[in-house]
Amino acid sequence: MALKVITVEGLYGFLRKLKGDYRVVGVKAEDGFFAFAEIGDPQEVVLDYPITLYPLKAFLLPPREEYLRFRIDGRPEVETQFEEIPPTVFFGMHPCDLHSLWLLDTAFMGDATDALYEGRRKNFVFVVMDCLRPCDEYAFCKDMGTLYVDEGYDILLTDLQNGLYAVRTGSDRGLVILERYTEVRDATPREEEMLERIYREREEAFTNRVKPRKEELPELLWRGYNSPYWEEVSKNCLSCGSCNLVCPTCYCFDVLDEVEINLKEGKRLRTWDGCMLVDFARVAGGENFRPSRADRLRHRFLRKGKYLVDRYGKLGCVGCGRCTRHCLVKINPIEVYNGLYNRIQSEG
Amino acid sequence: MDLIYRPRLAQILEVKELTEREKLFTLRLEGGEVLGHQPGQFVEVSVLGVGECPISICSSPTRGPEFQMCVRPVGNVTNALHRLRPGDYVGIRGPYGRGFPLQESKGQDLLIAAGGLGIAPLRSFIHYIMDNRSDYGEVTILYGAREPKEILFKDEISLMQGIGRCLLTVDRGNETWEGHVGVITTLCPMVTVDPSRTIAITVGPPIMYRFILQEFFKMGIPEDRIYVDLERHMKCGVGKCGHCQINGFYVCREGPVFKYSEIKDLPEAI
Repeated sequence: MALKVITVEGLYGFLRKLKGDYRVVGVKAEDGFFAFAEIGDPQEVVLDYPITLYPLKAFLLPPREEYLRFRIDGRPEVETQFEEIPPTVFFGMHPCDLHSLWLLDTAFMGDATDALYEGRRKNFVFVVMDCLRPCDEYAFCKDMGTLYVDEGYDILLTDLQNGLYAVRTGSDRGLVILERYTEVRDATPREEEMLERIYREREEAFTNRVKPRKEELPELLWRGYNSPYWEEVSKNCLSCGSCNLVCPTCYCFDVLDEVEINLKEGKRLRTWDGCMLVDFARVAGGENFRPSRADRLRHRFLRKGKYLVDRYGKLGCVGCGRCTRHCLVKINPIEVYNGLYNRIQSEG
Repeated sequence: MDLIYRPRLAQILEVKELTEREKLFTLRLEGGEVLGHQPGQFVEVSVLGVGECPISICSSPTRGPEFQMCVRPVGNVTNALHRLRPGDYVGIRGPYGRGFPLQESKGQDLLIAAGGLGIAPLRSFIHYIMDNRSDYGEVTILYGAREPKEILFKDEISLMQGIGRCLLTVDRGNETWEGHVGVITTLCPMVTVDPSRTIAITVGPPIMYRFILQEFFKMGIPEDRIYVDLERHMKCGVGKCGHCQINGFYVCREGPVFKYSEIKDLPEAI
């Protein structure tokens, strides 16, 4: 499809029309943060924002998700709970958000498909907004290769910075939505040049900040496994798990039962969990397989930078910087990768 | 759309006190469905309203639709299980994971070392061998418990001796104990194996592995003919929740039984 353009008013008109047929989740300013939230009035939607507090995973894997209800007086009866998921358009998510879904999709819809996840995922439409400048000093998406999207989106928007947005579709569904809900026109040659210029400027606006290339990270992390560096970098870690909560690709969960006050009914649910929490690798017999902060921090980095690469073929980190942004002691992957890299270089 | 986290119901047929701590539960899936497990696999057991936890199967699939679990009450779910009686129901998901090397062991001699509760999953394999005795060569079983009163499946020891050598030891004896005293590795000098045709399998507490593995190496058994069963808290059983990860491996998928050669370079394994 040829490049299309739409005006900023056209985008708001698009949102209004979408709302007739879809639940629309866009980015709103809330309590001093930007957040993905269901849209009431399209004018609430922020088109240009640095980054959301919570990642998209909150919509695919809710922080607290009931999935079984049961009766336990006499022979138990167990019922599966599937939430009704309306068709939903995510509007204005960033490229790193889209990249984070790849890992969730692979983990939850690869082998042993998780029907809770799949039920949501197949009803979701993604309209991505390109990033033209870094959110802040914590982002390192360019290093992780997640600044660019070439697949996985339904519609991709790029701000041409003159009241117009370049529009591309990445799926048949995107094409249908574009035709049905928007008034776009073909881009002029001049507008096509503008997009190219904006992409050149984007290349300059984003700098590479991680010394090792992303392809080198698995080996670097594995070589540095026994480095005393992990003790140093984790010495201020509070083991609070904030990084796990805000990470778009942290999907580990805990499973627990709750009983109603009548003691006859109950439910099973899963909640977000985090490998930084002290109990994460504890077994019932009492043994804790990652007792120290260094063990846990190293595990988190290795999981993102090596284990998931070995298992699924892609890094588990999208470079969004949320972990550092919300870390009370500012443990920063850029510094960790570079620190470990320097340490290993100097050791030869 | 079926949910992989939905348990099937199983009824408790029998509860037997094995020791002061452990109970043996005999269960059957509703409708007489066969669990279809391999020795060494585990199930996620639900006491609905309390929770779910992974427990290994200690009976052999060769023994009919009933299956057994030997349970020590160490957590919420296992304590709740201990309060259940015949006729009560539990939820079962699975079987999950990779069990003992049934095929690779065929025609080979077996050296089996169980420490404490480690005898439970191994009993599944031992019964399987009893029921397919001609498929396997010489069988040597080493079993160590801390004290005489902690020995599990006491009444089956003579059956185990019926398929080969079964050597028993306790860390601390008492006035009436006439058998061997010492940790499990002290049984090893009494064992001779042909390392080229022996498969060694060990299940026990983490601390035991470091020592028993050294004994296997001394006997000349190659690293790819040694198997260990690693314990972690597999909360989902299907490679998602992240709790059972050992470096890059998920115990619930690639384990719980691993070839030693697969995990020897994993710092978190042993």
